[in-house]
Amino acid sequence: MIELLPPAFILLLGAVLIGPLRGHWRSAMVLGAPLLTLWAVWQVPDGVSLTLPFLGYNIEPLEGSALRRLFATIFALMAFVGGLYAFRQARWYELAAGYAYASGAIGVCFAGDLITLFLFWELMALFSTVIVWCGGTPAARAAGIRYAIMHLLGGVILKVGIEGVAVHTGSVDIQPMLATNFDFWMILIGILINAAAPPLSAWLADAYPESSPTGSVFLSAFTTKTAVLALILLFPGEPVLIWVGIYMIMYGIIYALLENDARRILAYSIVNQVGFMVCAIGIGTELALNGAAAHAFAHIVYKALLFMSAGVVVYRTGKSKCTDLGGLFRTMPLTTICGIIGALSISSFPLTSGFTTKTMISQAAADGGMTAVYFLLAAASAGVFLHAGIKFPWFVFFQKDSGLRPKDAPWNMGAAMVIFAAICLLIGIFPELLYQFLPYQTDYVAYKAGKVVFYLQLLLFSGLAFFLLLPMMKRTLTISLDVDWLWRVAARRVGTLLYNAAGVIGAALEQGALNQVRRLVTFSQRYLGVGKDGASRGTFASAWPIGTTSLWIAVLLSAYVLVYFI
Amino acid sequence: MNPNRDDDSWLARPSSIRLLWRIFWAVLALTVAAHLFIDVKGYFGVDEWYGFGAAFGFLSCLIMVIVAKGLGLLLKRNQDYYQEQDHD
Repeated sequence: MIELLPPAFILLLGAVLIGPLRGHWRSAMVLGAPLLTLWAVWQVPDGVSLTLPFLGYNIEPLEGSALRRLFATIFALMAFVGGLYAFRQARWYELAAGYAYASGAIGVCFAGDLITLFLFWELMALFSTVIVWCGGTPAARAAGIRYAIMHLLGGVILKVGIEGVAVHTGSVDIQPMLATNFDFWMILIGILINAAAPPLSAWLADAYPESSPTGSVFLSAFTTKTAVLALILLFPGEPVLIWVGIYMIMYGIIYALLENDARRILAYSIVNQVGFMVCAIGIGTELALNGAAAHAFAHIVYKALLFMSAGVVVYRTGKSKCTDLGGLFRTMPLTTICGIIGALSISSFPLTSGFTTKTMISQAAADGGMTAVYFLLAAASAGVFLHAGIKFPWFVFFQKDSGLRPKDAPWNMGAAMVIFAAICLLIGIFPELLYQFLPYQTDYVAYKAGKVVFYLQLLLFSGLAFFLLLPMMKRTLTISLDVDWLWRVAARRVGTLLYNAAGVIGAALEQGALNQVRRLVTFSQRYLGVGKDGASRGTFASAWPIGTTSLWIAVLLSAYVLVYFI
Repeated sequence: MNPNRDDDSWLARPSSIRLLWRIFWAVLALTVAAHLFIDVKGYFGVDEWYGFGAAFGFLSCLIMVIVAKGLGLLLKRNQDYYQEQDHD
């Protein structure tokens, strides 16, 4: 019966049990639950294996395919290595949230229908917010709230699209679609928000670097890559994605070049790398989709590795700004080497995983005759080496001597980094290990002499450019404005302006009303009031002598009698 | 700060940095020279030119750094920018 229990629930159960368990039992649960999940992932057969009626729709919480198992595998593996990295340092609730978050990602992998996809999607949004909050600082709390608002908004947009599709087509099946009408556009936008696509890319670099050293490792893996999987399943070959992807690639490079915070540099390079995948999905050929899937797999490994090495630095020194760091290679050799392997992999250096996966995407662009896309991808490969491949290790581990002499990584963090560094090299040297699990059969050959020479020239001369342009890249104590400036500052300024304007108008109205009342008071005092001395009285308040009064009464009565008789 | 730093790690000594630069230049020259013997398959004509990868890589980086620098003038703010906005 366990074969029919969706793997996501195994990990979710593990997440629930982390809290009540203590000591070694908890450690065993942290390390065991992802491995059991990994085993369960490989028991999921192709096709739909579970159908349940839900609100009048048949939902399919468990549908298997090569692509879905590939993503679920790397998510489970990521949970295991992330757990190993974190279990002695992170608080139990951060671990539990991390596993619940990972179970959401695995649930999305096997979702056979849009309703299941949405439920697990929101599970991820919920627990990733908790992980941001686990950063524990006021900045982390504020960033977490902004993060949650963005993802709840994305969820609402996605839900609108799903409702529309369900009502208009009568089916909630996950199947390839194109952005041709309002419903499909809403689904596409909802997914793209999670992929950190423009114009809403800022949430990623805003929130991830505020989390704890261990939390950022979990955050780097799941949200954007489930979005990539959802795009492969729902929008393969959607042409708009090509240019969305190219924009993300360039955005990531430029912002990472301007950035001073080491973990924020890595966060921007997530957007950059996801851009490669989104672009590949837009190209949409079998080779391109293979490339997107393979690159997502390799990316999760080397990006987590990079965040782990940065995490060790933050854990040991409490600093993450390039201006505060430097020269750490002296006392942190393991972290330095693992960071460099991650950096070379993200730069798609030959013999690392990035080379064997990213070149598939470039090849797909070349095969499709997309000249501009091909050359932009090549330029971006050079740019990745520039902004992440050299910049990150250089400014953190080399550069100047910051005087810091921290200890190297604790054993569990070191072990986690070694495992992922080994996978980076393994996929780089024996790419067939990964290629056999790709969604489409492929005879792609990664290593051809000419291609290796081309990429070596491209990358090494980018390296030369980095060191020659180093004076232009001096780190400054700055941040860079992004689109979120519009609501973090501009909207507030407009709000303040409106508030002040309303205040001025209100004050004017109040003053006017006050003046009217004063006039009324003066008027009534003049005719009805009594002066302070009691002698001077208003016209209608003065006392009349009895003689005058009786005379007037006599005059009035006479006038009345006269009028009566006439 | 000891300018000679002979007691420092091998990687931080000026002599080793000079050596590393020489090795780097040699490797750069080798990758371009390798192009003489190894046929680089081009897809769009220009990418078959001799040393295209080297020139393209270098120039792309140059352009990206300059563009980033220019945008930086517009986008860069003090690191406490948002906190200051919050307290206004």
